[in-house]
Amino acid sequence: MNPQAPAVPKVDVKAFREIKKAKYSSPFLACRFDPQGRFVFAAAQDFSIQRWELDSGKQVVYQGGHDSWVRALGFDSQGRWLLSGGYDGRLIWWPAQAEKPEPIRKIDAHQGWIRALAVSPNGQLVATVGNDRLVKLWKVEDGSPVAEFSGHESHVYNVAFHPGGQELATCDHHGIVKHWSLKEKKQLRELKAAELHKYDPTFHAHIGGARAIEFTPDGKLLALGGITNVSNAFAGVGNPCVVVLDWASGKKHVVYKPADNNLRGTTWGLEYHQSGFWMAVSGGSGGWVFFYQGTKSQPVHRVKLPSSAQDLHLHPGLAQAAICFYDRHVRIYSLEPKQPKAKA
Amino acid sequence: MKCRYACGSPEHALHRRKFLGALAGITGLGTVGFFTRPAVAKELQKRQKHMLVIYLAGGVSQLESWDPKPGTDTGGPFRAIPTSVPGVHISELLPHTAKQMHRMALVRSLNTKNSDHGMGHYQMTHGRNRGGLNVPHVGSLVNRLLHPQDCPLPGFIHVGRNGDIKDAGYLGPQYGSLGLPSGGPPAGIARPKGLSVEADLRRHGFLRKVNDHFLAQRRSAETEAYTYSYEQALRLMEQRHVFEVDREPEKLREAYGTHPFGRHCLLARRLIEHGVTYVQVNHTNYDTHHENFDFHIEQLGEFDRTFATLLEDLASRGLLEHTLVVVMSEFGRTPRINVRLGRDHWGRAWSVALAGCGIQHGAVVGKTNKNGTAVTEREVDHGHLFHTYLQALGLDSLGTVNVNGRELPVADPSREPIEELLA
Repeated sequence: MNPQAPAVPKVDVKAFREIKKAKYSSPFLACRFDPQGRFVFAAAQDFSIQRWELDSGKQVVYQGGHDSWVRALGFDSQGRWLLSGGYDGRLIWWPAQAEKPEPIRKIDAHQGWIRALAVSPNGQLVATVGNDRLVKLWKVEDGSPVAEFSGHESHVYNVAFHPGGQELATCDHHGIVKHWSLKEKKQLRELKAAELHKYDPTFHAHIGGARAIEFTPDGKLLALGGITNVSNAFAGVGNPCVVVLDWASGKKHVVYKPADNNLRGTTWGLEYHQSGFWMAVSGGSGGWVFFYQGTKSQPVHRVKLPSSAQDLHLHPGLAQAAICFYDRHVRIYSLEPKQPKAKA
Repeated sequence: MKCRYACGSPEHALHRRKFLGALAGITGLGTVGFFTRPAVAKELQKRQKHMLVIYLAGGVSQLESWDPKPGTDTGGPFRAIPTSVPGVHISELLPHTAKQMHRMALVRSLNTKNSDHGMGHYQMTHGRNRGGLNVPHVGSLVNRLLHPQDCPLPGFIHVGRNGDIKDAGYLGPQYGSLGLPSGGPPAGIARPKGLSVEADLRRHGFLRKVNDHFLAQRRSAETEAYTYSYEQALRLMEQRHVFEVDREPEKLREAYGTHPFGRHCLLARRLIEHGVTYVQVNHTNYDTHHENFDFHIEQLGEFDRTFATLLEDLASRGLLEHTLVVVMSEFGRTPRINVRLGRDHWGRAWSVALAGCGIQHGAVVGKTNKNGTAVTEREVDHGHLFHTYLQALGLDSLGTVNVNGRELPVADPSREPIEELLA
């Protein structure tokens, strides 16, 4: 057991409820808590990143760094720096707690969009992926390049470090998952999340890719969220789904999706809770949060959200989650069991 | 159904390629032809004009192409980049096209007041709203007016989709389009093995005699179109090589792109080079209600390099100065970014691009407001564009055509050409 891991609080998925919200003037695209759990950060369509202090609600704006959308947010392990990856190809270091934050370091990291970033478990490396089909590794401390991996044949949509810290998983537009060794600096194998990709012959276009990615803390499972059963790519007619792969064998463990095929959308956010369940949020045709467990392919619980969800992040204390929305809100939800009402 | 021709004479249709003389008969004007602007008529007789339409099916986003609004609430994630025309910026999704802007012009103030695919396609290719007179597709019109009689190839070819005799409207079915849905030679034009050229010609001669006998008693637009199609097929058999893009150098094929759109555009250039008057290439699809930005990266990424190569290739062969190139869709896309990160149908403030002959190169006509939700300067619609296409080809769009004894305007009489766009 990781001695630094927080104690897992008692939670109840059926108690999932909104406890706070913050409104902004532009739809949101991504959200993250800082490692200390003091702030929630959310990137918006106006190229800014907003920071709210959870206790006070105080808002601070991060702007002037990107001139495109930001979907990738992360932190160094001590929470000193916010790292943001933008569709302008820039990777930017910001002070995470400053009152008037200015970029500390800007790197033109990719040609075209940075679609995702991930910080290594020891906090020393940040991996970025993007539309140039490359996977790049950088030192968190000084931004110096460490390695570059090529081999994906379509835009790379997401990246995750294996909890062991020596391997990387990436997934591209066509649902191809690549397993990279950081030690050997090479690709070890290729897996496929076929459910997350379709070529739509009517519209002459590919649709797919992992919009969310997450390893279980023991590193045994890799989950990838996206859209499946697509019947019309350009209208987004498909179901939000999560493909879970057994990391050792590379075989499919389970595919999670709502029982109701009329429930449409894309999985945009995905988290594994150490109590043993997955949370997945969807957007595109209304917003939903789904709770999945074990090998049961249908959700054990689901809750309709007030708008289309764009991202999800678990609070380090594991009792709360942040979800950012198209309706210009970031909402904080509690998973703590409801206290029984005291008798009068 | 009996078909009455513009001049009231069925014989006219049999001599369709003698368009200038025939038009004189239609209109009662001089031998140059009523549609021809006098100043350019002489030149037109010497040099054939062509029109090439690149149709971005589904409705390309003006904000991701010709009229970017970066940093606004509707702008999306893309930046604007400079072009070869100082002060003119387009979307960063079109870096190759940006280098061709000195050969192009933009209209950024289209308001077609429509958000229906079918209506939009009709508007943009017929210059009017549907209903009333059965007006021809612009391809049929320029086929009729500009296609030389001695050209062995048809005057109106659709690459990447089926042809349609209904395109011709009141002109009669033989002015409809020939379709090349797969981008290869028309189906069935290869002479069957074992059939000699001589035997085939004898067979066709017999067919012609039988047809003539039938037509002497039962002439109609359909029977003429049927006969014409056989004659056309015979000519096409001799022109099969024109449709074979693999005859082009490998380097050029790669520059166009080996995907269907690249091959279709290369075929379009070959068709124009061999005398086809109107070619339309479809690129599909831009109907991006979902993930508009991701899909526009893919679609415009394919379009950009191919289109820039096409313009460069046409220019280097001296064809661009005789060819009007238009990049159009049925409409644009909503400035508002929807919940699926898509954009929906939008005909109230959008753009088209033109290149080649008859236009002011580097011109940008019209403006939209800061976030692209409304036209603020020089509002025009499909009717104005239709006039402009004809004028750019040296035709008088303000003229009339006689249909069953009625003088009908060739273009919407309530509209006029966009003069500042014309060279």
